[in-house]
Amino acid sequence: MSNRARVIRGFEFAGLDLLVPFVRLFAGEDPREQLITITRSFGIPIIAMAAFFGIWSAVAASVQTSIGAVPGPRAVWHEASNLVEEHYEERQKAKDFQVRMETLKEKYLAQGKPWKERRYSGKPTYFDQIVTSLKTVFAGFVLASLIAVPVGILCGLSETFYLAVSPLIQIFKPVSPLAWLPIVMIMVSGLYTSSDPMFEKSFISSAVTVSLCSLWPTLVNTALGVASVERDYLNVAKVLKLSWWRTVTKIVIPSSLPLIFTGLRLSLGVGWMVLIAAEMLAQNPGLGKFVWDMFQNGSSQTLAQIMVAVATIGFIGFLLDRMMVSLQRVFSYDVASV
Amino acid sequence: MTLPVSDPSATSSRPCPPDSFFELSAVSKSYGAVESRTDVLCGVNLGISEGEFVAIVGFSGSGKSTLISLMGGLIEPDAGSISLRGAPIQGPGPDRGVVFQNYSLLPWLSVEGNVALAVDEVFSDWTAAQRREHVLRYVELVNLGEALAKFPSELSGGMRQRVSVARALATDPAILLLDEPLSALDALTRATLQDEIERIWEEDRKTVVLITNDVDEAILLADRIVPLRPGPRATLGPSFPVRLSRPRNRTALNHDPEFKSLRNMVTQYLIEAAATQASESYSQPVSLPDVEPMDLSAPRLSIVR
Repeated sequence: MSNRARVIRGFEFAGLDLLVPFVRLFAGEDPREQLITITRSFGIPIIAMAAFFGIWSAVAASVQTSIGAVPGPRAVWHEASNLVEEHYEERQKAKDFQVRMETLKEKYLAQGKPWKERRYSGKPTYFDQIVTSLKTVFAGFVLASLIAVPVGILCGLSETFYLAVSPLIQIFKPVSPLAWLPIVMIMVSGLYTSSDPMFEKSFISSAVTVSLCSLWPTLVNTALGVASVERDYLNVAKVLKLSWWRTVTKIVIPSSLPLIFTGLRLSLGVGWMVLIAAEMLAQNPGLGKFVWDMFQNGSSQTLAQIMVAVATIGFIGFLLDRMMVSLQRVFSYDVASV
Repeated sequence: MTLPVSDPSATSSRPCPPDSFFELSAVSKSYGAVESRTDVLCGVNLGISEGEFVAIVGFSGSGKSTLISLMGGLIEPDAGSISLRGAPIQGPGPDRGVVFQNYSLLPWLSVEGNVALAVDEVFSDWTAAQRREHVLRYVELVNLGEALAKFPSELSGGMRQRVSVARALATDPAILLLDEPLSALDALTRATLQDEIERIWEEDRKTVVLITNDVDEAILLADRIVPLRPGPRATLGPSFPVRLSRPRNRTALNHDPEFKSLRNMVTQYLIEAAATQASESYSQPVSLPDVEPMDLSAPRLSIVR
């Protein structure tokens, strides 16, 4: 494989198909056609985005609310840079605190006084909140997958099992996270009573709620994938007299991996969406809580700050989806050409 | 989905012990519910000696696939019995290697992986090194040494079928069942693979049943040709032994008078069988439903009461 082909494959693999024409253009491969492709695939989205921002800034100022006019793109951008600045300021403060403590500690020890470690207790910055949200969603997602994939496989393998759990799936699938959360919170505070907890209760409540809402797409897709394994592959297993376990691990699961990953991708999307609602109510220190706090503030910056959060949530959701697409490509064989 | 189950009820009593290596006696198979039953195969008898290469030739839709599935044990006969070395077969098993028409390679495994899956299962008591050597030997046998790490999607149809042959042979089956292995390939690849199959067969003289719709292919490869009279109620016709010396050369064969007459006989037999079948199936009168065209201009009855 040539270098160019390798780079193109890498981009396609990473879900960056848009950049492929640039590689071809750079390699001098039919420049005219590449330029047309680039103009189309970048020009049109750019024009559309520009139109969106234009209409937004034109309309925003004329919409008055109880806390001032709706902020335009410029105000939102300003607020975003404020949040970034705040983050650095906060980090600087933490560092200063650390330095102060170090000198104090030396002084104390020199004088022979007992020294007690003190932790800096500043408020979490916007980036800390993003990290918390990501941790929570991944915890919930992993928990959901650990339940959904095995149960889905059993559903696909055994019709009896499927008939047994199908009503539960049908009934629990459409339940909103807002209904699960109170139950989960009460259960968590009842069952998770450790004097030195490894995780915050709010973290666990949010993660479990995410799991409860996001396990369905994986479960249903896994069951479908397992139930629709090609007859030919099963005939191979029969002719070789593979044991039940080896048929499942060597034939059934590999063959349904593409659909399992489709399910996982949908699940992560649902999980991220549900997380914000869960964090808002559970007061888990993530993006959801940030939105809620800003809403409670009701300052003139509130709307702009929430819009920053909305943009962040959307962008992270997009990145998570891309990530799952790449994973899906790693684990999917080329069905069409076999 | 159903996982391999061996059903002991398949063992039906037989009047006398079979004397052939692989034997089908009075095998019948029907599909469908009682009221819409299709008898695909009816009273099929066939005896195959060890090391024999038998070709079963028939038109498409004549029940060839059903026949090979029965031999492979993938489906159970309704009546009659199939036995290998005198013992009735019970479900599918690696003693009967099947090469499927559509290759049936596992797309997520490489060439080596596909063959290794079979070898690891059948020779599970060997060491890993022994098994790998065995895999390599059979991949080499079908001339795919270069493509060991390739995936099925990267291979041509002919190469895929070779992998499938290697996988079936690697389990060292007592009998090799080839279900129209070459019918999905283009004429040139087909010819190459026919030569390949002959070469491989010459090497270890396995018992082979080849199902095909190509009379030339059957003559080129087989010791004996058995035509399948087309279904429904398909059954096997008389055997046509092929006495041409081996190795057979396809170009020389085209001018061989014995080849020509054999081809004419088999083709003639099949065409006549099909004609008889067709006249039989048309002989039954079909009653058409008594319907009148609807008058759209007439006022229609309202459903609302």
